[in-house]
Order: sequence, then C-alpha cells, then structure tokens
Amino acid sequence: MTATAAQSQPQGSPQDLVGCPNCDQVYRVPSLGRGARAVCGRCHTVLIAPRGETYSRVLALSVANLILVIAAVFHPFLEINAAGIVNRVSLLDVATSFRSGVLVVVSVASVAMIVLVPLLRTALLVYVIAPLTRANAPWPGARIAFRWAQEMKPWAMTEIFIIGCAVALVKVADLARLQFGLAFWLFIALAVFVVVVDRMLCAWSVWSALDEADAQRPKP
Amino acid sequence: MTTAREIGMVTCRVCARVWPGADGRCGRCGARLHSREATSLQRVWGWWLAGFICYIPANLYPMLITDTLTGRSDSTIIGGAIEIAQHGDFLIAGIVLFASVVIPVAKFLAIAYLCITVQSGRARTGQGRMRLYEIIEFIGRWSMIDVFVVAILSALVQLSVVAQIQPGPAALTFALSVIFTMLSARSFDTRLIWDSTAREVRP
Repeated sequence: MTATAAQSQPQGSPQDLVGCPNCDQVYRVPSLGRGARAVCGRCHTVLIAPRGETYSRVLALSVANLILVIAAVFHPFLEINAAGIVNRVSLLDVATSFRSGVLVVVSVASVAMIVLVPLLRTALLVYVIAPLTRANAPWPGARIAFRWAQEMKPWAMTEIFIIGCAVALVKVADLARLQFGLAFWLFIALAVFVVVVDRMLCAWSVWSALDEADAQRPKP
Repeated sequence: MTTAREIGMVTCRVCARVWPGADGRCGRCGARLHSREATSLQRVWGWWLAGFICYIPANLYPMLITDTLTGRSDSTIIGGAIEIAQHGDFLIAGIVLFASVVIPVAKFLAIAYLCITVQSGRARTGQGRMRLYEIIEFIGRWSMIDVFVVAILSALVQLSVVAQIQPGPAALTFALSVIFTMLSARSFDTRLIWDSTAREVRP
C-alpha cells in the first residue's frame, strides 16, 4: 500500500513537517496506518513507513545478530584440504593474514567491514531500541547512537563477504578442495536478519518515538 | 510543490526534520544542517580523482600471487576472472568481472555525469538522475567482493610447499579505489540535481 504524502503546501509549526532528504521537498506529516508509506511525490524517496509496535521484535533480532557475529568470529568459515594438509580459517585469522607491509590495511579494512561495523551497528541499535520497547526514557546519547547506526549502514558488508566466500571456493577449485565451515552459515543467517531488521525499522518513527519518550520524562 | 529552501527552512538529511533558518545543528538528531552542501561537488570530484588514480594500478598489478610446487603465478583482476571462466564457471567469472570492472567503470562515469549535469545545469529532469544516483549508491559496495576474496584466500591457502597465496599490490589499490568512490558518491548532495532542473523550468 502506498500513500503519497499529500499536502505539499506546508503551514504551521515545523514539528508537523517532513522534508525529503534527497530533493528538499517539504510535506505536512500525514497520519499513516500500519503498512502505509509516505513517499516523496517528486523523487519517490520513502519518507515514512511505520511498522506498528515492532520494537520488541527488532530488539530480539538485534540481540540474535550480536550473538551471531560474536560466534562467527571464532569459528572457521572455510576449510581447505589439499594433499592431506588441512587448514581452517576464522575471521580472526583473516585479520592477521596480511603480514606484508601496507597490505595490513587491506585485512584490517576487510575485517572491519565484515565484523566490526555490523557488530557496532547492531550494538547501537540495541542501545537505542531497548528502552523504547518498555516505553522508557531513552538512554543517554541514544540520538547520537541512532544517527551513527544510520550512517554506518553502507559500510556493513556481511552479504558481500558471503558472495566472496563462494568466489574463493571456485577460484582454488583446481588447487585444493574447499568446504564451508560453521561461521559461513552463521553469516548467512546474519545477513538475512540484518535485512529483516532494516525493513522493520522506520527511521522517522524511531526519531518520533525518541522525541515522545523525552517529552514524557518528568522535568526536575 | 515547495522546497524547504524556498520557504526559508532547512531539511535535516539524516532524520528528515525541517527547521527554520539555514544552518546549524539538527535539534533532533544532532547532524549538521546545510540547506545545500556548498562544497559537495568539490569533495565529490576530490574523492573521484583519488579513486580513479588508485584504479589504474589496481588493474595493472597482480591481485593474487600463487606459489605452487610447479612455480609461481600472478593474476590481475581481469586475468583472474578469465582463469575462472576457463574452468567453465561462467557465473562466478561473470560476478567477478561485473563487480570489479563493470561496477567501478560505470560508477566513475555515472558520478562524473551527475556532477557535470549539475554544474552545467542543462539536464531536463531529475527523475532519471536520482534513479542513477540510487543505483550507484546501492551497487558500489559490491566491488569489495574481490578484495574479500583476496583476504580469504591469502589467509586460507597457506599449505607450506604445496600451495601458498599472497596478496598482490593491486589488493590495496583496488580496496582504496572502492572506498574512495563510495566516499565520492556519499559526498554528492542529491538536492543539487533538483535545483538544476528547477532553474531550467523557470524562464
């Protein structure tokens, strides 16, 4: 169901307005039912897409993601078998594999994008969402945390790493036999859960919820 | 249709809240407010150039260095994809070629096209260019596949004398090229696309 944000001639206080971050068009915030979306009439960016009270589900999935990332770091994601020699690698091994000079940068950047950024981003989401599930006041710094979680999104590359594993498997096929390890499957689950969480989270709704929760807090 | 700038307001690009005035910080999410990013195009071109400079050695130097019992072999990005294709895995070869050649080249062209049309102000509509921007933002990250493959293989294939894989210098320059072009695309203020069309419509 799609509802285009209707009133484009804005009047009244800025609280009732929503601007399109991509083309600067301003609209009056429409009241949307669950599942409806407000879309910019000019550039079709989705502005608001409320999902109802899904915070507890988002929280549960995010905690699951945290556990998945941490577990995946320590288990091997690929193992190789060639001429009787077996080798298994976990992401910790990848992090320390480029020993030659500046190429350390590559391994550090790879591991940061595969593990550290997704881990940090999920932790920030848990921090922001957890108080909202019980309609409590946000924890200190929740706004900065949510902003950073949004900014980090393109740098979390779990799904790209999965395709990378598949390519690696084919690339050394004539050299040795490769097999996926436990962590590979954990990463697939993680990539799916991350997409589900992002689809369930409407950024505008979270910001509004933070505003409301702060407004309800008794002022000393 | 009204833009925030036309009514003397500014839209926060992070949380979409609208504020009166022009600059400052968003009271809701704390992001810096800019009616338009004044230095947007300069930063886009700067990162673009850095990415382009890194992309040249990324194609000339080896990505992977393989030592086996029979000797040593180097493979560049394109050479590696051709090897995979010779084994008959056309799908994987296609993915590698698409991620490491088609996406980066298309991205350089697309970002340059967006900047030039904004600077000259001669494009008619914003719709298509907005779509183009969304595609390059979405697809640009996938170029990292080859870098991850190198990272995976050089950690995994360490089988003493039987086989050893080392990363080549192109692994670094290619990774930098992808990161720089991602930064280039993210520096682009998409509102400039729409300003350039609005200018065109008004006599």
